[in-house]
Amino acid sequence: MAEKISLKSVLFNPLSENNPVVVQVLGICSVLAVTAKLEPAIVMGLSVIAVLAFSNVIISLIRNTIPTSIRIIVQLVVVAGLVVIVDQLLKAYAYDVSKQLSVFIGLIITNCILMGRLEAFAMANKPWPSFLDGIGNGLGYTIILVIVAFFRELLGSGTLLGYQVVPDSFYEAGYVNNGLMILPPMALIVVACIIWFQRSRNKDLQEP
Amino acid sequence: MNKQSNTYTIIYIIVLAAIVGAALAFTSLSLRERQQQNADLDKMAQILASARLTPAKGDVAADFDKYIVGQFITNTAGEKTEGNAFDVNVDAQSKLKDSERKLPVFVCRLDDGSEKYILPVYGAGLWGPIWGYIAIDSDGATIYGAYFAHQGETPGLGAEIAKPPFSSQFEGKHIIKNGEFVPVAVVKAGQKPTGGEDYVDGVSGGTITSKGVASMLDNCLAPYRSFLKNLSNN
Repeated sequence: MAEKISLKSVLFNPLSENNPVVVQVLGICSVLAVTAKLEPAIVMGLSVIAVLAFSNVIISLIRNTIPTSIRIIVQLVVVAGLVVIVDQLLKAYAYDVSKQLSVFIGLIITNCILMGRLEAFAMANKPWPSFLDGIGNGLGYTIILVIVAFFRELLGSGTLLGYQVVPDSFYEAGYVNNGLMILPPMALIVVACIIWFQRSRNKDLQEP
Repeated sequence: MNKQSNTYTIIYIIVLAAIVGAALAFTSLSLRERQQQNADLDKMAQILASARLTPAKGDVAADFDKYIVGQFITNTAGEKTEGNAFDVNVDAQSKLKDSERKLPVFVCRLDDGSEKYILPVYGAGLWGPIWGYIAIDSDGATIYGAYFAHQGETPGLGAEIAKPPFSSQFEGKHIIKNGEFVPVAVVKAGQKPTGGEDYVDGVSGGTITSKGVASMLDNCLAPYRSFLKNLSNN
């Protein structure tokens, strides 16, 4: 990348115009899996931010030494190492949350956003922009996760972060939680609604 | 130096693997004690939860020492052997033949002086293992409380077994009726089991997990038959 890139756009572009989930449609699998409740979605988002930022920095630091033929393997090794470290740290310092997320932390390794950012950005940029790129894309991912989890937990369980928000009087009046919201397909439909909403407001994203 | 040569590539990946491996080994070693502590505390909290005790986070170890007044290992014949019940791997034991199993028992004395016997259970849900602890009254027949946990059941569906609305249904159910051992059945809401045993409602949308709970109770409580009968005869 020869042209000068603005640090600000590196950090903030992924939040909306170049969001990894709703514009690039990456990392959909974990959006389905961890968004039935808000709390795991937030922790998952934070973990992805951490792993993405640090793997971006590490790959960027060693980018000039990596042999081209095995660059994907090198990226995978770095990501896998970081993910295992995050998993171990959660087990030691946030045991309850790690119990909730169980296998999904390990599955960050397979999150396409990571490989995508490493390959597309960190391999060609200096550590500091790479770090910001990791934070930005991690945040973009987290925002979508939180929005989806918000609607799924609210409509599916009547709670937010585990606290009941739909008053008992609603249930007495015949309101029923929508069990469908908890099932994975509804995550896709909510993501699709976000994509729809975003593209209808942003003409640049509309495809002819 | 030619960065695309085979030698460079091979040396590069070996060095990288060694560095990452060392970092992982270091993290794992330096955190192991803390993780084990967390896991032990979590297990203590689960055991206490089955006896309807929910200590605050910092009090788990102290409350465990206070309420769990004894632990021993029994066998299918109901004979007690000395041993540390806490360290028995229930997962491994639940796969052995009944007669070869070591059956851990925790004795819990509540504030009102009554004694409960807490038995661990372990089985399979839909996606992974499920486990729990069942507290039995000193008559050996009535369930005082139950606690269930799971590794990766679907949130909102199978995962509901870990919540009080499901586990509290077990309170007061009988696992010995007319002198015979009958495990509690888990059935679809509104149905009844055919054998006349006590039953609870399964989780709707979590049929396989619910069935897993039923077969886990059957598999893990049945070997305690003699032990429970001895209790009820006393």
